[in-house]
Amino acid sequence: MQNNNTRKTVWLVPAVLAAAVAALFFGAVSDAGPDIIWGLRLPRILAAAVVGAGLGFSGAVFQGLLKNPLSDPYILGTSAGAMAGAVLCSAFGVGRAEPLFYLIVFAGAFSATFFTYSLAKIKKYPSVAHLVLAGVAVSTFLTALIMLFMTLYREHSLSLVYFLLGGFFPADNYLLAVSGAIVAGAVAAGALLWRYLDIFSLGEEKAAYLGADPDKIRLVFFALASLATAAAVALAGTVGFVGLIVPHILRLVFGASHRRLLVSSALGGALFLILADAVARTVAAPVEIPVGVVTALFGAPFFIWLLRRTAGEH
Amino acid sequence: MTPLVKVDKLKFSYNGTPAVAGADFELLEHDLLAIIGPNGSGKSTLLRLISGFLEPSEGAARLLGRNVRAYPKSELARLIAYVPSELYLPYDFSVFEIVLMGRSPHVAWWRNYSDEDAARVLEVLKQVGIAEFRDRSINSLSSGERQLAFIAQALAQEPKVLLLDEPTSHLDINYKIRIFELLTRLASSAMGIAVVSHDLALLSAYAGKALVLKKGGQLFFGPAEKSLSAVNISSAYGISDPAALTRILNIH
Repeated sequence: MQNNNTRKTVWLVPAVLAAAVAALFFGAVSDAGPDIIWGLRLPRILAAAVVGAGLGFSGAVFQGLLKNPLSDPYILGTSAGAMAGAVLCSAFGVGRAEPLFYLIVFAGAFSATFFTYSLAKIKKYPSVAHLVLAGVAVSTFLTALIMLFMTLYREHSLSLVYFLLGGFFPADNYLLAVSGAIVAGAVAAGALLWRYLDIFSLGEEKAAYLGADPDKIRLVFFALASLATAAAVALAGTVGFVGLIVPHILRLVFGASHRRLLVSSALGGALFLILADAVARTVAAPVEIPVGVVTALFGAPFFIWLLRRTAGEH
Repeated sequence: MTPLVKVDKLKFSYNGTPAVAGADFELLEHDLLAIIGPNGSGKSTLLRLISGFLEPSEGAARLLGRNVRAYPKSELARLIAYVPSELYLPYDFSVFEIVLMGRSPHVAWWRNYSDEDAARVLEVLKQVGIAEFRDRSINSLSSGERQLAFIAQALAQEPKVLLLDEPTSHLDINYKIRIFELLTRLASSAMGIAVVSHDLALLSAYAGKALVLKKGGQLFFGPAEKSLSAVNISSAYGISDPAALTRILNIH
C-alpha cells in the first residue's frame, strides 16, 4: 500500500545529507583545513546524526506507546537513567569502550523508564499528567544522585558536567560505530512492529481488544526506546527535547501513522541535531555551547505550548 | 445452536466492592441484546468481562463454549469486537487508518497490512456509510461520524460478537437512528450484538432481548417486550411512579 506520504518520507534522506555536508563548513575556525573538517567535524556530525536519530525515534515510540504527546526520553527519565548508568560506570572504572558500559547504561535507561511508568500507574492506566510528573520525580532524583557523586569525586566532574548538559565529547570512532549500530537496529525493529504503536495510540485497553498483549508490547517498545536512548546518551550525555519536538513536527507533514512516523522521526532527529550542533559550535565562537543548551532553548517553550494545548483537550 | 456467549453466575469486585453480582444470560446469533440498569449496576464492567479484558472473581463468560480468558488475544479479537463509549485521541489519524487498525488481529506480528486488508476496510466504510470520510482526520469528525468510524473499526475485525458501550449517549437523533438501524442489519447477518445504553425509547424499538441490571445483581433477562416493562425499569432504577414511564416512553 503505497501512497504519497510514503514517497515524501524519502526526501528526509537528502535533507539529512545536505545538512551534514553544510555543517562541515561551520565551526569555530572559519578557514578550517582538511584535518579539522575530516578529523574533527565529520565524526562530530556523524555523532550528532546518531544521537538525533536515537532520540527522535525514542520520542516517537514513547508518544505512541503511552498515548501521551508530552513524552520523550528526557521527560520520562529514560535519559537520566542512562546518565546514572554512565556515572556508575565512571565510579567503578568501567571504561566507555567496554561492552559492560553499554549494558549498564541500557539497564539504567530501561529501569528508570519502567519505574516512571509504574509510579504513574496509580489507576489502571497512567494519565498524561501523572506520567510527566513521575518522569520529573525520577529524573530529579537520579540527577541529584549524579550531582552527589560529582561533589564527592571531583576528579571526574569536568567531563561529567559536559555530559550532563548534553554535548559531544571528542568523538571516538568505536563508540560512534557501536551507538550507530544500536540505533539502526532499534529503528529497524521499530519499523517492523509499527502497527502496534498505531493501536496503542488508541490506549492500552483498546489495543488489547484489537488483539495485542499490552504487557508484552510495552516491554518490547520500552526496550527498543531504551536501547536507542542509551546509545545516544553514551555518545552525548543528556540532550533534551529532541524526541519531543521532532515527532510532533513530522506528524504534521506525514500524518499520525507510525508506518512513516518512526523512520521519519529518526531521520528528522538526525537533521535537527546536526543543525542544532552547527549552531552550538558557531553562534558564540570561539566558545562552544553544549548542544543540550541549544535544544532546551527551543524545546522548553515548545513543551509549554504543547502542555497548554494538551491540557485544553482534557 | 451453541450460544455465542454464555454467562454463568458471573461476579466481579473492584477492591472488594462488588461491581457485577451474579449475571446469567446468553447471546445468540441474530440477537440484539440491550443491557440496561442504573449507574453503578455494572453494565460496562459486564462488557469488559464478556470481552475477556477483566478476570471475573467468580463464574465465567464462555465464548463458543470456551472460557473467554482461555483464548489467545488475537484469536479473541477475531471473534469479539468492543466499541468503547468515548475515546480521546491525541493524534490525527485518518478514518482509513483508524478502520485499518481493526484488521490488526488478522495480520501476523511481523507482517504489514495487505491490499486485501485495505479492500476490506473500504467495504466496511461503505457498509457503515462513511466512505466519503476515508481521508479525513478522525478528530475533525462530528461525534456521530466518529462513533460510526469506531463501529467500522470493530466490523473490520470481522467479529461474531459485537459489544458497544453507550454508542449513542451524546449523539443527535439522526445518528441514534442510523446506529441502531445499522446494528439491526448486522444482527440479521448472524452477528450477536450486546449494547449498553440509557436510550430506553430506542432500545424498546430495536432490541430483541434485554438484560436488566440493578445495583447488587441481575433483575431480568428475556425478550425485550417483557424485560423492558414499566415495572422492571421502575424497580431497576428506583423510579417511584411507573405510570410516568408509560406516559413518557410508551413502555407498558
